[in-house]
Amino acid sequence: MPSFELKGRTYETDEEGYLINLADWNEDVAAYLAEQESIDMSTNHWEVITFLREYYEEYKIAPMIRILTKAIGKKLGKDKGNTKYLYDLYPGGPAKQACKIAGLPKPTGCV
Amino acid sequence: MADIAVPEVKKDIETPLPQEGTMAHLQPFPAAEQHMKPLNFPPTRVENWQQKGVEKLGEMLKKYRSLQVFMDICVKCGSCTDKCHYFLGTGDPNNMPVQRAELLRSVYRRYFTPAGKLFPKVVNAVDLDEDTLKKWFTYFHQCSQCRRCSVFCPYGIDTAEISMAAREIMDSIGVGHKYTTEIIGKVHSIGNNLGIPQPALKGTLQFLEEDMLDNTGHEVRLPLDQEGAEVLLVPPSADFFSEPHIQSLMGYAKVFHQAGISFTVSSYGSEAANFGMFIGSYDQKQKIAKRIADQARELKVKRIVVGECGHAWRVAYSFWNTLNGPFDFLDPRYPVPQHVCEFTYDLYKQGALVFDKEANDAHTITFHDSCNVARASRMGSSCGGQFEIPRALIKATANKFVDMDPDTTHEKTFCCGGGGGLLTDELMDLRVRGALPRITALKRVMDEKGVNYLALICAICKAQFNKILPMYGIPMDMVGGVHALVSNAIQLGAKKGIV
Repeated sequence: MPSFELKGRTYETDEEGYLINLADWNEDVAAYLAEQESIDMSTNHWEVITFLREYYEEYKIAPMIRILTKAIGKKLGKDKGNTKYLYDLYPGGPAKQACKIAGLPKPTGCV
Repeated sequence: MADIAVPEVKKDIETPLPQEGTMAHLQPFPAAEQHMKPLNFPPTRVENWQQKGVEKLGEMLKKYRSLQVFMDICVKCGSCTDKCHYFLGTGDPNNMPVQRAELLRSVYRRYFTPAGKLFPKVVNAVDLDEDTLKKWFTYFHQCSQCRRCSVFCPYGIDTAEISMAAREIMDSIGVGHKYTTEIIGKVHSIGNNLGIPQPALKGTLQFLEEDMLDNTGHEVRLPLDQEGAEVLLVPPSADFFSEPHIQSLMGYAKVFHQAGISFTVSSYGSEAANFGMFIGSYDQKQKIAKRIADQARELKVKRIVVGECGHAWRVAYSFWNTLNGPFDFLDPRYPVPQHVCEFTYDLYKQGALVFDKEANDAHTITFHDSCNVARASRMGSSCGGQFEIPRALIKATANKFVDMDPDTTHEKTFCCGGGGGLLTDELMDLRVRGALPRITALKRVMDEKGVNYLALICAICKAQFNKILPMYGIPMDMVGGVHALVSNAIQLGAKKGIV
């Protein structure tokens, strides 16, 4: 199984670098995963990650993108509550790239 | 994915010179034990896999007469060679339909024909060995089962069926494909491809109801698991999750609202897709489809309407009755099943819906026929309805519509590049190149006719184009569902429904 080392600990991932164990996640891991994705994490990037993790905690699935955009709009201002802004933050797609950095499994299906 | 080279889009679709092995490097992720077990496939490759694989092929030749005919009848006329989008985009000769099928045929000849048994080299027959299996896993996962080649084959050889057969053989010896098997597992355990549990689905639908109330001032509902509703609506689960899919879901809901027809979504039947077809497994296809029939009985609905999902419509229209029929418990006055485009367009023709076409005036629209709808099913009561109904519905909701080159529409439509269970990121190189013919035709109507909206009726097409168009420098926001146009144009509260 693929893995990476960080600060003396080994983290298991799937073939595409998504964490296998959700409980392994911490901010250092997120920062490492973001670096792998060439994302420079700003406060706004972290807001997305925090929301994704909170939602997942409750529902065991990442939120529909519209729920995410609305939540981000509320937090960061209405002009930022849209898909385009999320793609500006996470060019690899808010669902896939942001989920990876948030330590959530990759959404499967026709997405 | 920085290393993916996006092909140059020319004015016309050009046939490349064949270049051996250009795509030999690209395979999907193999399924692991935890993906194979829930589907009752061997969790890992079985010990005597060569023998078992040949035996499986033998069984299938007896069971499926079509497969036997397809193995014997090809005369290598070459009609199919330049018809596959993956060949046109990659130039790899193994992506010519005839050559793809030959990967199975050469094994068939070795074990099932006298000449192949006695003089394999003379008739180019090969053993099912490690090298052959690798080629199968590679190139039978570079076929999106779109069946465009079969339209041009003088014998009607269906390469989709051949690639399904090859995948079925591989699964039977424990060599599976992660993307499809993992997803089917989620359908069985949770009810949909995405793995959206009931509470999340409930919350999502409520969120959308509030959203529609905010935006329209009307209480448009999206009921879940509501017994006694008139219609069971079965959308692809991407409609609960992704943009632009959600726009279509809201479109369906507005149609039901305005027509005054009660409906429900089922949490356990919250997925129209049926990846059992992609892996060629009759058992899986039947089991996945059975959820819908069971839910229709349990919720005591009278009709079933299927959302914008291409291959789901093939399974529903062409196979449901054989797999889980008869559906004699439903209202016999309506077709079983009904496509949501047909459902909406019927209501419009009856005068139950009013559309304000100007609401879509910002869009000059073209329509991409999805392969499984175009070439493997029908819609409505007349021949060619699967082509005409979606177009008629678009024209009813918008003023500006143009078709793409007729060599790329209707039954000659090109796959989006992501169908057949290939909509997975490790195959991105193939997906980008396979989209080239469609992008070429699209680019042309964009440049010449000002098209800025690509209307779709398939969740895979929507996700694929959303991802691929930006790579070709085309904005992703031009991708949308047909029911997103309906959603924009429908006049809520204009008059009461008909029922």
